[in-house]
Amino acid sequence: MATTSAIRWRAPAWLALGAALALGAPATQAQQTPIKIGELNSYAQWAAFTVPYRNGWQMALDEINAKGGVLGRKIEIVSRDDGATTGSATRVADELVSREGVSLLFGSFLSNVGVAMADYANQKKIVYIAAEPLTDAVTMAQGNRYTFRVRPNNFMQVGMLVDQAKASGAKRWAIVAPNYEYGQSAASVFKRLIQERVPGAQIVTEQYPALGKIEAGATASAIEQAKPDGIFNVLFGPDLTQFVREGNTRGLFEDTTVLSLLTGEPEWLLPLKDEVPEGWTVTGYPWDEIKEPKHKAFIDAYRAKYNDTPRLGSLLGYMVMTMIRDSIERAGSTETDAIIKALEDAKFDTVIGPVTMRGIDNQSTMGAWVGKLVLKGAAGGMTGWTYKDGASFMPTEAEVKTVRKD
Amino acid sequence: MTLLAVNGLHKSFGGVVAARDVSFTVARGEMLAIIGPNGAGKSTVFNMVGGQLRPDRGQVLLDGQDITHASPQKRFRRGVGRTFQVAQTFLSMSAAENVQMALISCNRQSNGFWAPARERHRDKAVGLLSRVGMAEAADTPCSALAYGDVKRVELAIALAGQPKLLLMDEPTAGMAPRERAALMDLTGSIAEAQGIGVLFTEHDMDVVFGHAARVLVLLRGQIIAAGAPDEVRQDEQVKRAYLGDARALEPLRGGSPA
Amino acid sequence: MLALDPAFLAVQALSGLSSASSLFITACGLTIVFGVTRIVNFAHGSLYMIGAYTAATLVPRLLELSFGPVTFWAGILASAIIVGLIGVIIEVLLLRRIYGAPELFQLLATFGIVLVVQDLVVQVFGPQDILGPRAPGLRAPVEILGRRFPSYELVLIAAGPIVLGLVWLLLRKTRFGVLVRAATQDRDMVASLGVNQALLFTGTLFLGAFLAGLGGALQIPRVSANTGMDLSIIAEAFVVTVVGGMGSVPGAFLAALIIGQLQAFGILIFPKSTLVVVFLLMAVVLAIRPHGFFGRAEIVGGTHAVGIASRSPLPGRHFILLVVIAVLAAFPLVADAYLLKVATEILIFALFAFSLQLLIGVGGVVSFGHAAFFGLGAYGAALAVKWYGVSMEAALPLGLALAALGAGLVGAFVVRLSGIYLAMMTLAAAQILYAVAFQWVEVTGGDNGIVGVWPSSWASGPIPYYLLTAALTVVAVLLLKRIIDAPFGYSLRAARDSESRAEAIGLKVRQHRWLAFMIAGAAAGLAGGIYAFSRGSVDPSLLGISTSVDALTMLLLGGIQTMMGPLVGAAALHGLRDWIMPLTPLWRLLLGLSIIAMVLIFPRGLVGTVRDWWGART
Repeated sequence: MATTSAIRWRAPAWLALGAALALGAPATQAQQTPIKIGELNSYAQWAAFTVPYRNGWQMALDEINAKGGVLGRKIEIVSRDDGATTGSATRVADELVSREGVSLLFGSFLSNVGVAMADYANQKKIVYIAAEPLTDAVTMAQGNRYTFRVRPNNFMQVGMLVDQAKASGAKRWAIVAPNYEYGQSAASVFKRLIQERVPGAQIVTEQYPALGKIEAGATASAIEQAKPDGIFNVLFGPDLTQFVREGNTRGLFEDTTVLSLLTGEPEWLLPLKDEVPEGWTVTGYPWDEIKEPKHKAFIDAYRAKYNDTPRLGSLLGYMVMTMIRDSIERAGSTETDAIIKALEDAKFDTVIGPVTMRGIDNQSTMGAWVGKLVLKGAAGGMTGWTYKDGASFMPTEAEVKTVRKD
Repeated sequence: MTLLAVNGLHKSFGGVVAARDVSFTVARGEMLAIIGPNGAGKSTVFNMVGGQLRPDRGQVLLDGQDITHASPQKRFRRGVGRTFQVAQTFLSMSAAENVQMALISCNRQSNGFWAPARERHRDKAVGLLSRVGMAEAADTPCSALAYGDVKRVELAIALAGQPKLLLMDEPTAGMAPRERAALMDLTGSIAEAQGIGVLFTEHDMDVVFGHAARVLVLLRGQIIAAGAPDEVRQDEQVKRAYLGDARALEPLRGGSPA
Repeated sequence: MLALDPAFLAVQALSGLSSASSLFITACGLTIVFGVTRIVNFAHGSLYMIGAYTAATLVPRLLELSFGPVTFWAGILASAIIVGLIGVIIEVLLLRRIYGAPELFQLLATFGIVLVVQDLVVQVFGPQDILGPRAPGLRAPVEILGRRFPSYELVLIAAGPIVLGLVWLLLRKTRFGVLVRAATQDRDMVASLGVNQALLFTGTLFLGAFLAGLGGALQIPRVSANTGMDLSIIAEAFVVTVVGGMGSVPGAFLAALIIGQLQAFGILIFPKSTLVVVFLLMAVVLAIRPHGFFGRAEIVGGTHAVGIASRSPLPGRHFILLVVIAVLAAFPLVADAYLLKVATEILIFALFAFSLQLLIGVGGVVSFGHAAFFGLGAYGAALAVKWYGVSMEAALPLGLALAALGAGLVGAFVVRLSGIYLAMMTLAAAQILYAVAFQWVEVTGGDNGIVGVWPSSWASGPIPYYLLTAALTVVAVLLLKRIIDAPFGYSLRAARDSESRAEAIGLKVRQHRWLAFMIAGAAAGLAGGIYAFSRGSVDPSLLGISTSVDALTMLLLGGIQTMMGPLVGAAALHGLRDWIMPLTPLWRLLLGLSIIAMVLIFPRGLVGTVRDWWGART
């Protein structure tokens, strides 16, 4: 008897509380628990990209929370170093998910880490938004319904560059790429696209130095030996700097068409200082020449806040954060399935204009800036650039369907 | 009856001849001392008999079997036990475990993975320790024993292999004078009782002339004299070899040689 | 066909020579320091890195004041001197306190410096890679057989022999040099000469660090100063000193020449396996000449064996064991998913560290590459899943078997060696495997590793996987303990305590050690396999130096002289890491300082200290 009465006594109170919550009356309690989001990246190992990237999402986060957050709750980001290895990243992700109880994950830099994170997201059924990883695998072969990507992937960026290669007339191509997921993926896409789109093109040499361990002199010399008239470069970071210096010294880039992924991004361009290899055709981020008011406003705000040049990472961090906010708002909750629904085929109004998250492969239509490198004063920049919208470079739906396992 | 026969052992180290045509024999129950000034080649000969060094030429026969190229391990199984100049025991083990270890090896059980080592051959080990007067220290770690006691444990270890031949390199080095005689008396009595041949090197002439049945004198890698202690002492060549320290060859006169 | 072009061959050979020069300058310092102090200084690579960072920061500022070759070279020299002074600080604060310590402690302490420097460099110089300026007057290339070659590389080629000559003069013509040589040959002799040893050692460290700094500073026009420099150069410098013979300067020169050419031409024949080639060279040389080209056996001091000793069985140990098992089994009742994850990892590392204890604490075999077997187990399991689609139940034994096989192979090489050469060889073995995993992309996935290594469905939740791990770990540890207490374990200890005595009682020391390698490898492999399934992926870092150091640190922390030390050490280290790592970016600094502190003031470890305290009380 006592038991029944207790239940009867409790039930209305619980209902009342639920009703009150639904009406938003005791909002104070809700605001005390922020929405936790997990973020992980290679802050120690790849600071050149990731620190500006963190500045980017931090800026967006500050703006969002200044406006009261989302769903009436503040957003709290739990940020960790991912250790730049696959094992370490999934371990950190596990800590974020099981101990911190985050609602979704975003971040990571290296493509191999991105693939491991995609696999982890699939296994643990949690949303993961890849930040920097560019390998197609994240949205293609290893893609799954939990993994999303905002940046244009290798297939898209290489496609943009190969279009530029047609005009140059170069036929004998050399490839130099770091020997891990990103480099391998970019190289194989390049091999495929150059042969599809440039008749008569052939690959005369492929060099795959270990990431961060290039023997630049020997690599430059080996490429020189193959006498290419075109070079496709995927190196970045310290490897790139050394390769450019050796190549400049040896005249490797003279009379040669060079296509280079990402080299126009300030994070990789600035360390080259005045040794910028002029004339390379690159994907990048000509922040100093951007005129669109909304984008310009972001750049100015960033420079005012951090007194530093915005990198592509800064833009990306900012965009990812705002897209997460929008998705949670549209989902109306932090449930994984609701967020996935809110992301798939969703249109986002970002600082660079409208971007769609294509539902079939969870790849956004964000594009890239393609142009040529030029020396501007003491540092490099881009010239003759255009913004290529990602939508026209994405893999076809049929292709996605044959490759993806889900 | 000949136990050990060494025939024409020769060893040189890059031009320096350390042993030249060394031949001698040891009989069962006999104690043979090898003496000589520093650098005479005692250790070289000793280590060639013990298996730590390979001779360039010559033969080492134990009970008529050729062991010239046998490893120390094989020699052990053939019946060669030895002690070292600086006592070599297993310091992380108790005295009994040291002897047990030798017994385990002797019974070819050193690859045993299951039954605990400390329970194997315990009684026999304590028995051996009591023969060298160390039964009470059976459970004392070797690292906690006085050096003289460690030497006794080492002797018990060597005896555990039921040797026919006992090699003792400077058996009394580092011991107090009174302990020296006691250890050698003990060795002598055990050797006699069991018919073990003992080959030893020694600096202490009291020990040599007090305990050896025969003495072998090495000089620059060659045997210059061999025979009973008294004969050797009178040998002119030996006297010259020990020039400046002739009194080292004098018979025991009480007290320690300064 | 390409390689027949003489111009190309010439340029390639010159590239090899310039790498060789740089490598020699650095390795020369390492070998001199080892010759005098008998310490293998892991931090030598860190000094090299500091040299590069200092020069890349300092030289541009100087060039702004006055542009010219003199300024540039003065800046390089100044950077090297600064690094030399840092070497002096390291000697005074740390090294002079551990000259008499066992090799393992020395290696770990200097590795502690590596960790500290890694974080400090980021704090001082910032996280960015710094590309130094080019040398004034050497910007233009020179033509060699119609090919352009960087003139700075020619300067580097000359720098190696110049340094060799200067070091030779220093060692032959000065009193300091005479003492260094004397100490390299026979340390006791110097002590008996009544030389001020402290001053000699400090001077040696200055020289060694100066050379490391010089090696690093000279790199700035060709390599940007980056945080990965320390470990990549130290691995190569180790190979050079070991191949040349520890303590031998001419040996280092010869070895550097060979390795430089091997790398320059290796890239043509095996474009993806340069790392493997270098370490294979070391393995081959050590197999033929266990002390390198010009090394001598006697300069490698006696193995300072520290390890577990006999203890009378604890009363009530069966009861304690039951309690431990009951606590482990009941843990899921109180722990959440994350705690279980941490507990699972602690158990895995406990098994890993305990398997290493069989080699180090029991066998006195200081393995510095135990990660090799942990990684082999993990990779074996992951490869079985990836290529043959087998289930976890089959993959775990396969991983274990692969690790045991690998350990058998490595052990066959290694048991012939002793002391520091053994430690270096195990390190090299792990590095070879690391390189294979890293560069054999088609099979191992290279840097990408292998993903999708998840447990079978019955074991996939946190609780079942924890229980599975606990069961396997408890069984494996008990088996190992049984082996340690059995004659086999005693034989290993016997060989550790006195190799000559062990041989004289007929123990086949090498055979026992070889078997121990396989058993320890198998146990580490089991741990690695369980680890792979707990993470869902494997990557080359599992085979890396830091994984080996993790295991050693656990041993040291728990107490190397105790049976249960590694288990406690694993729990303490991993628990601490899990707690502190999210709080601070300076985890490596803290870890490094703790390792150094442990070596200096706490060498008996947690269990050892508690036991001594308990022993003193009763």
